[in-house]
Amino acid sequence: MSDTRTTSQRMTYREACKQAIRDAILADPRVFLMGEDVARYGGCYAVTKGLADELGEERIRDTPLSEGGYVGAGIGAALAGMRPIVEIMTVNFSLLALDQIVNSAASIPHMSGGQFAVPMVIRMATGAGRQLAAQHSHSLEGWYAHIPGLKVLAPATVEDARYMLKPALDDPNPVLIFEHIMLYAREDDLDPAVTAVDIVSAKIRRPGRDVTLITYGGSLFKTLEAAELLRQDGIEAEVIDLRVLRPLDMPTILGSVARTRRVVIVDEGWKSGSLSAEIAARIVEQAFFELDAPIRRVCSHEVPIPYAAHLEEAAVPQVPAIVAAARGLVKGE
Amino acid sequence: MPSLGADMEAGTLVEWMVKPGDSVKRGEVVAVVETQKGAIEIEIFNSGVVSELVVPVGERVPVGTILARIGGAMPAAAAPPKPPAAAEAQPPTPPAPPVVAPRPVMPVVPVALPAAAAPARKPVSPAARRLAAERGVDLQQLTGTGPGGAITVSDVEAAKPTPPPVEVTRRRTGFDPAAMRQAIGAAMSRSKREIPHYYVTQTVEISAALRRLEKMNSERPPPLRVLPAALFLRAIALAMAKTPELNGFWEDGRLRPGDGLHIGWAIALRGGGLVAPAIRDAGQRSLDELMAAMRDLVQRARASGLRGSELSDPTVTVTSLGDRGAESVLPIIYPPQVAMIGIGRIVTRPWVVDGAIGPRPVVTVTLAGDHRASDGHRGGILLAEIDRLLQESETL
Repeated sequence: MSDTRTTSQRMTYREACKQAIRDAILADPRVFLMGEDVARYGGCYAVTKGLADELGEERIRDTPLSEGGYVGAGIGAALAGMRPIVEIMTVNFSLLALDQIVNSAASIPHMSGGQFAVPMVIRMATGAGRQLAAQHSHSLEGWYAHIPGLKVLAPATVEDARYMLKPALDDPNPVLIFEHIMLYAREDDLDPAVTAVDIVSAKIRRPGRDVTLITYGGSLFKTLEAAELLRQDGIEAEVIDLRVLRPLDMPTILGSVARTRRVVIVDEGWKSGSLSAEIAARIVEQAFFELDAPIRRVCSHEVPIPYAAHLEEAAVPQVPAIVAAARGLVKGE
Repeated sequence: MPSLGADMEAGTLVEWMVKPGDSVKRGEVVAVVETQKGAIEIEIFNSGVVSELVVPVGERVPVGTILARIGGAMPAAAAPPKPPAAAEAQPPTPPAPPVVAPRPVMPVVPVALPAAAAPARKPVSPAARRLAAERGVDLQQLTGTGPGGAITVSDVEAAKPTPPPVEVTRRRTGFDPAAMRQAIGAAMSRSKREIPHYYVTQTVEISAALRRLEKMNSERPPPLRVLPAALFLRAIALAMAKTPELNGFWEDGRLRPGDGLHIGWAIALRGGGLVAPAIRDAGQRSLDELMAAMRDLVQRARASGLRGSELSDPTVTVTSLGDRGAESVLPIIYPPQVAMIGIGRIVTRPWVVDGAIGPRPVVTVTLAGDHRASDGHRGGILLAEIDRLLQESETL
């Protein structure tokens, strides 16, 4: 509300998240943010640094180290008419609040026959890359994408980080936003012409004709880099940023598959029983006869994410593996 | 399209010998199919009235494709019913109230043939398969450039559409030696890959047997004379009764005994290649009957007049190299059979009889057995029995 920019502005993903929160709180008295270390410490990834001083500890609230407690409190606040933003330090910790998120937040609107809405937003950090070891580095957003009653967002760009929060808060359903930890420091120019984004569609970040690379979140920029390398080989890869993990934007995916006939899914989640498996299954169900090659996946190895830097790097999808998978499909390797 | 052997993937229908409305009896020849083994007459396995010819002449279809439908009754009233030829003999029927559902039609596909493992399917992408169907491109002719050698859309796009068959009435064109080479290669490769062969060999002294034949033939005109091969076949047919584990098929990890003893008789074809059509119930045929059956098979095999069932029936195979062959042969079992017997050329060799060495006619009989189904000990029993029977050839 306060900002009406006319020139492009460069900022980090972290700053975009902060401005989105600030905007939301200033715009609506029902909005507040709570979580561990968000106020006095400024957030474990410094997203909320300085916000408590500006907006007060009524609106930026530190909570005890009790995910089940404060996520439950957030659900109660939403039921009572507030628009809470609950921050969970990392998706690994959200497992302590799984009961609140799945059994309460996702279910109450349905079990009450629509009498109660749970208009809350839960933000979580996700992913590996900072040597935080297996209890802080996993990509479990695919689990949440399994749950009816939730919407699951994965902003990868600065623009999405800046503008996805507003429609998420406007949504009457609980909406989960996953922020990959390796994205916080990324910088990009914000297009002044864009002041809002949807939380419905996937976006083609790079058009191509030979192979579709489907990804989201922290893997998007690795995938775009891979697409650039593939171009040097004469392979034009189309890159889809899912943006919304639930519900999936199948028309965008199927439209791309119909053009390129080849698919590589890149996901930092594991393969088994995963979002990448779901996408592959839907493509086979809905576009089998469009396929000109088997679907390939580049995912994390099926190990808890290691602490050691070289092992951590080896465990998650990297550019060479994406290039190899796509090249193989196109060149018959 | 019946499978006429473990190595058959597809066949071309070259002639229909019946038309819709014809009454057919089980065993009647209804069509001619061109395979890698030449033109084969296809017998129907059910009696009834032909209701529909599904596959047109000239079309090549995979094994298992429905060629035609037969029913006990006429097809449903969707099409104006044509009275079958046999209907004139029947009393006129009043228009039937529409309460009788048409009887289910039966496909003309023989069932329960020895199940052969399907040959590795050529990988074709779903999109390429669809495009090929649209453009009439024969996927079998393409080489894939996709992952794992799969045929992709670009491979189909690069291919020329298969021209429609120019001569749809061709039949009995004989066999294509290259195609047969391929079929033999596939079957024999599978055999050597899958079947743990054991071999047992016995050299049989046959002077008594040959004397008997000579005596018998001296009283006969040449067309009725009996060759030594028929005598060997007779001995084998009788001896096989003692070792049922050598007669049948290896399927799903176990032996399925043959439903009778049907000996495949290997026949070399002019121009290369061979077939081994069945002499059914060989154990119940006399020497003369076996000789007649062998003559008939050789003649028809070389004229491409074999029947489908003859190629799929054999429960064991015998190859006899004849008087221009080698001295002995180590046969390769024809899957999914479990044994094959090879007979070498009759040769004169020094032989010890009653402590003295003398020249004697001998022949080397070799059994190749599938070690999953039997052991060499049983194979030895078979050879000993063949030897014994040939020594007492008067009884054969």
